[in-house]
Amino acid sequence: MQIIRNIYQFYWQGFRSMTLGKKLWAIILIKLVVMFLILKLFFFPNYLKTNFDTDQERSDHVIEQLTK
Amino acid sequence: MENIDFSLVNWSRAQFALTAMYHWLFVPLTLGLSFIVAFMETLYVRTGNPEWKRITKFWMTIFGINFAIGVATGIILEFEFGTNWSNYSWFVGDIFGAPLAIEGIMAFFLESTFIAVMFFGWNKVSKKFHLLSTWLVAIGSNLSALWILVANAWMQNPVGMKFNPDTARNEMVDFWEVLFSPVAINKFLHTISSGYVLASVFVMGVSAWYLLKNREHLFAKRSMIVASVFGLITSAFIVLTGDGSARNMAQFQPMKFAAMENLYIGQQNAPLVAIGILKENAAQADHKKQDFRFMIEIPNMLSYMAFLDPNAYVPGIQDLVHGNPERNILSYKQKSEIGKLAITSLADYKNARKAGNDSLAATALATFEENYKYFGYGYYAGRDVHELVPHVPTTFYSFRIMVGLGFHFMLLFFVVLVLTLKDKIAKNKWILYTALWTIPLAYIAVELGWVVAEVGRQPWVIQDILPSIAAVSQLQPASVQITFWMFFVIFTALLIAEIKIMTVQIKKGPGEDTTTPETLTANTNL
Repeated sequence: MQIIRNIYQFYWQGFRSMTLGKKLWAIILIKLVVMFLILKLFFFPNYLKTNFDTDQERSDHVIEQLTK
Repeated sequence: MENIDFSLVNWSRAQFALTAMYHWLFVPLTLGLSFIVAFMETLYVRTGNPEWKRITKFWMTIFGINFAIGVATGIILEFEFGTNWSNYSWFVGDIFGAPLAIEGIMAFFLESTFIAVMFFGWNKVSKKFHLLSTWLVAIGSNLSALWILVANAWMQNPVGMKFNPDTARNEMVDFWEVLFSPVAINKFLHTISSGYVLASVFVMGVSAWYLLKNREHLFAKRSMIVASVFGLITSAFIVLTGDGSARNMAQFQPMKFAAMENLYIGQQNAPLVAIGILKENAAQADHKKQDFRFMIEIPNMLSYMAFLDPNAYVPGIQDLVHGNPERNILSYKQKSEIGKLAITSLADYKNARKAGNDSLAATALATFEENYKYFGYGYYAGRDVHELVPHVPTTFYSFRIMVGLGFHFMLLFFVVLVLTLKDKIAKNKWILYTALWTIPLAYIAVELGWVVAEVGRQPWVIQDILPSIAAVSQLQPASVQITFWMFFVIFTALLIAEIKIMTVQIKKGPGEDTTTPETLTANTNL
């Protein structure tokens, strides 16, 4: 239990004492939000998962695409 | 494949190229700087000299900025696989699953855990544990690169798999063959060492700036020594791995090799064009021959580079396109007929399975497996086979500029090392300016390496098996154009943020400067 507390304290103090790091974390978080909540959700759906329900349908579609 | 929307294919390719190239602006500095920081910290732990700690902490901050801005930019490529390249994504099946899963686990546990110790752990953990964490971050970052490069190498030389016609997916049958294919090993070593050279140039160039500003003399000189030694060793290594890559290319991707050399007519004792300016003419437009306005050749060198034999025959673009029976080279027309047979037999197999005709399915499957090797060429049956030739001038010039810059870096590392050890570097302003202005050249070199590898293998997404025209999803080209420009804006913003934050941090410097030119007494302080 003490180890977990020490690890928590280590990260907590580390994050609290950041200076430049705060700006970098802000950039990372904005970037992840843009990537996963905007780009992935609205612009990059998985084509096969969105248009087909089963793996069989997906493989049939790909084979059809490859052999047409 | 009669109604190919080339607008869709080209925009999808352009988008992937844009994303990969921007991603590759951040990665090499992370790969190289992680080791440079580890070397610096090792010197600190071994000597106990606080100046080494100051040096380590400064470059660690620069590493942190680059890592933070660059992290997750590669995820966009995975988005694109699923959306723009769904046929390809499905087709590669399990091959990418294992390496990318290992990469994810490796990145999470090694990098994320120990990066925290690296940045938060000063004075909180022991010096040795901190040093171990720094080394583990460096090793973890580089091993992450291993898995993605193994996946890329598999696309250049698909081995260790079997295509399952029922699922339309390639299944891995030999993990070790995928991991230890000569292309994968060379690609990994060549790529990461290019990152080491770039990081060395970066550290050397920034240190040169401090000397030009008459600041941080001891810091700059020590940084320059570490960077130039590391850069010199890794530059030599990059020549060796580059040589290995060229041999792999000659064996597994002869068209890329011929395009890189602008070799249209194959020959024995083929010379290497060390320097050349191409001449655009009608023969080139017709894919017959491309002349040089000017060139300097090294006799027999291309044959030696390709096959370790100065007398070896190196096939040219013409041999590969039209075939060369004397050399047992099939023409692209022949390969496209074989490929077409593979495609047709795959369709026959599926239809026979649906109809429950097992004997017909078995016959079709046997035909398919026999001809699968040239599956991708089937999409060019009845088309102009010259579509299978990559853009020669781009590949040719990219290779030469990359190699030329590589030798420039090597020479610069040597000169800077000698001058620094003799404590004359601060007085050689033009060397300092050269070092500073070599930073953008290092970025150009690593990007051109990527161009040689990826433009040179066009139109293949998976060599000989899947061209880009068959790999792409059926989307609206306009939607790909929109996301292309979105990425352009996002990545450019990230790049500007990186340059701005780094510039501010570099101008701020590593903290209180305890040394001045007057207090330094040559080598004793180095």
